[in-house]
Amino acid sequence: MQTIINEQKKDLHCFHCGEECDDERINFEDKLFCCQGCKTVYQILEEGDLCDYYELEKMPGISFKNTTSKRFEYLDNETVKEQLLSFQDEEVGIVSFYLPQIHCSACLWLLENLFKINPSIKSSRVDFLKKEVRINFNLKEISLKELVELLTKIGYEPSINLDQLDKKSPKKLSRRLVYQIGLAGFAFGNIMLLSLPEYFGLDIQSSEQFSEWFNWINILIATPVAFYSGSDYFKSAWRSLAQKRLNIDVPIALGVIVLYARSVYEIVSKTGVGYLDSLCGLLFFLLLGRIFQEKIYHRLSFERDYRSYFPVSISKIENEVEISTPIQEIKKGDKIVVRNGELIPVDSILIKGKGNIDNSFATGESKPIAKQSGDKVYAGGRQIGEAITLEVIHALNQSKLTQLWEDYEYESEEFSNFSKITDNLSQYFTPIILLITLAASLIHFWLGHNNVFEIASAILIVACPCALALSAPFTFGHALRWLGKEECFVKSTQVIEELANINHIVFDKTGTLTYSDQEKIHYEGKKLNEEEIIAIWNLTNQSNHPLSRKIKESLGKSLAPLEIENFRELEGKGLEGTINNRLFRIGSAKWLKKDAKEFNSSEVYIEIASALVGHFSFESQFRKGLGTLIQDLSQHYRLSLLSGDNQSQEFILKEKFPEGSLILFNQAPQDKLNVISKLQSEKNKVMMVGDGLNDAGALKKANVGVSIAENINSFSPASDIILNANQFNFLPQLMKFSLSCKRIVIVSFIISFLYNIIGISFAVQGLLSPVFAAILMPVSSITVVSFVSLAVWIKAKTL
Amino acid sequence: MSVLIILLIVSLIVALGFLFAFLWSVRSGQYEDDYTPSVRMLFDNKPKTNKEIDNN
Repeated sequence: MQTIINEQKKDLHCFHCGEECDDERINFEDKLFCCQGCKTVYQILEEGDLCDYYELEKMPGISFKNTTSKRFEYLDNETVKEQLLSFQDEEVGIVSFYLPQIHCSACLWLLENLFKINPSIKSSRVDFLKKEVRINFNLKEISLKELVELLTKIGYEPSINLDQLDKKSPKKLSRRLVYQIGLAGFAFGNIMLLSLPEYFGLDIQSSEQFSEWFNWINILIATPVAFYSGSDYFKSAWRSLAQKRLNIDVPIALGVIVLYARSVYEIVSKTGVGYLDSLCGLLFFLLLGRIFQEKIYHRLSFERDYRSYFPVSISKIENEVEISTPIQEIKKGDKIVVRNGELIPVDSILIKGKGNIDNSFATGESKPIAKQSGDKVYAGGRQIGEAITLEVIHALNQSKLTQLWEDYEYESEEFSNFSKITDNLSQYFTPIILLITLAASLIHFWLGHNNVFEIASAILIVACPCALALSAPFTFGHALRWLGKEECFVKSTQVIEELANINHIVFDKTGTLTYSDQEKIHYEGKKLNEEEIIAIWNLTNQSNHPLSRKIKESLGKSLAPLEIENFRELEGKGLEGTINNRLFRIGSAKWLKKDAKEFNSSEVYIEIASALVGHFSFESQFRKGLGTLIQDLSQHYRLSLLSGDNQSQEFILKEKFPEGSLILFNQAPQDKLNVISKLQSEKNKVMMVGDGLNDAGALKKANVGVSIAENINSFSPASDIILNANQFNFLPQLMKFSLSCKRIVIVSFIISFLYNIIGISFAVQGLLSPVFAAILMPVSSITVVSFVSLAVWIKAKTL
Repeated sequence: MSVLIILLIVSLIVALGFLFAFLWSVRSGQYEDDYTPSVRMLFDNKPKTNKEIDNN
């Protein structure tokens, strides 16, 4: 049934994952698969009679090419199990997994039909936007580990990390808010209905009793609205007063109190019908704004710290047996095993094996460093090559990396729901309103009118800044949504405001301006003939060193095998071997180029029969369109570059960046942080664009931190904005968009002021009728909200 | 006028009925995920294949 075809044909896509099949091709039941993994999934699904998966979407599967096999032994550990399961008793276990691979309706369908593959799974439910699946399963029949292995086998490997273990319940749209808004909406509608006779001046007043009945029912309905739905505004206003600040909630809370008090007074004293409809309408619209804001947020988690990078467990050696242990339980003196591609979780000493540590994650240095037995290795490094055994010298929370991270955690800003622009405005708004109220009351008192109380309360009611409070959240909220569609994810609405104030942009180099996975290799020196190329290919083919592998790939896919004599790989130097009686040496400048003064780790020298013939140099490749991007940005912003790498590309970079830009190399994480602080102390508003953990401090310190992520759902340091790497060229538009948004907010403020002026001009004359108030308030909110929504939409379309 | 009282009471009962329906819907978690159900409802229940009918 199964044949592997090696001929090269273009435009053939895997039936499962849709990737082009270039290296390997597997035919199975007339279907084409790109690898064994994809074929296995197909077989599993076929057995479970789940082939509808392929009918719902075209080629919906997840490719297995870039996945490394992981070990899930730690899931048998009782502590881990307990932390992961959200519910368990004798039989039933309920667990939620985050599956970043979920991307289409077929995924949803398959994951909800898991029970067909394994009947021990009782039910599974997917939350598509959060990419979560909640599985209810029989603990006795299938273990957590087996469950995860099953998911992994069909291509949905759950992402489990320490971070998730700590916080059990992710943030949900608060039910309280939904109750509040539901109640306000309910009351708004019903009070309006009961007030209809009043609105149209219908004469049911003839029977005194009825109008009284209606009014009392209104009070009954409105009371919980004022005190439950409005409670957050009272609390927030109180907090802000306690800090001697006036936020936008102060006039709102004042308005709500006055509205309620005056309405109750009027009804009890039988002097009027009150403004209870306005009160409920006001709270309903305000809460709508709040719910809109909250709904936009929690799609992506931005609060990532080192824990989200680290594995949950590590193999510990105890009595010569490997035991999978949660890394919090690793103590000083323990022996641990780290395999190829695994992250070293704690500072330790190498005791067995050849270390080849890629520190790019922690320091930004892109070349792996060789370590020998007895050397110290720090947490955050990634081992490439064989498995190594380490002896732990610091527990997790005392490791260098962890401490580094914690140093960066400066005091988090005070939590605030408000946009700064609204907040600043309300500093002036509230006193002005109070002054107008006072002046109007005094004048009326002076004139001997007896309606001073009515006038004052009417002003406070109509000045209640509902539209004002809605404009910023709606503008920035819409902006956030639009940016999300461009794969630019913004943490909060405040970030967009902050973006509009930026005047200095700082870039990291590796992984930010350059592609993180593509490196250009070029050869300089004496021209190599075909025989020599084949020889070098054969030699590098013997080695697992990443540089050897890259050279090999650059020379060709599979060249003719040659016999190598006396092959040796010399730790920290390079490799040598004799082919056709000629000694080839491939290695570092230090080893082969005796007269070299500077050693550049991104160069590999070639020596043939004791004569140096040339070298390969590795250069990270700049992202496409970088030149125009920098030109665009340099028109409005000052630019800087901070690189953790060496100076090898200084010349090219100086050419790309405008003259006078700050360009620094060999910057350690702490240096980057210091540069940002210095720029800020010179009254600059700084935006940092970076990618790795080495930028984490700078990203946090900067006014706005943008992290460039190859994969949105994993591996990016805590930041304010996460930008998909292939959308890197979107940066100038992002900056432009943020400025437009700020302008839109200002215009919407002017509109809402106009409404306020109209309302107040009626109120100071004592002409504010309940019907007028009940119309003016919703109308002003609706115009402002529709204006900002439309304006943002137009801006986004013309982006 | 007594008919008005009846109407009033009926309308209030209807309104409260909706209010409780709303509270129930929040409690049962219908507002927590408002996207997935829109996709889920589009899946057809596949008619049983011959094999399954035989097994039953």
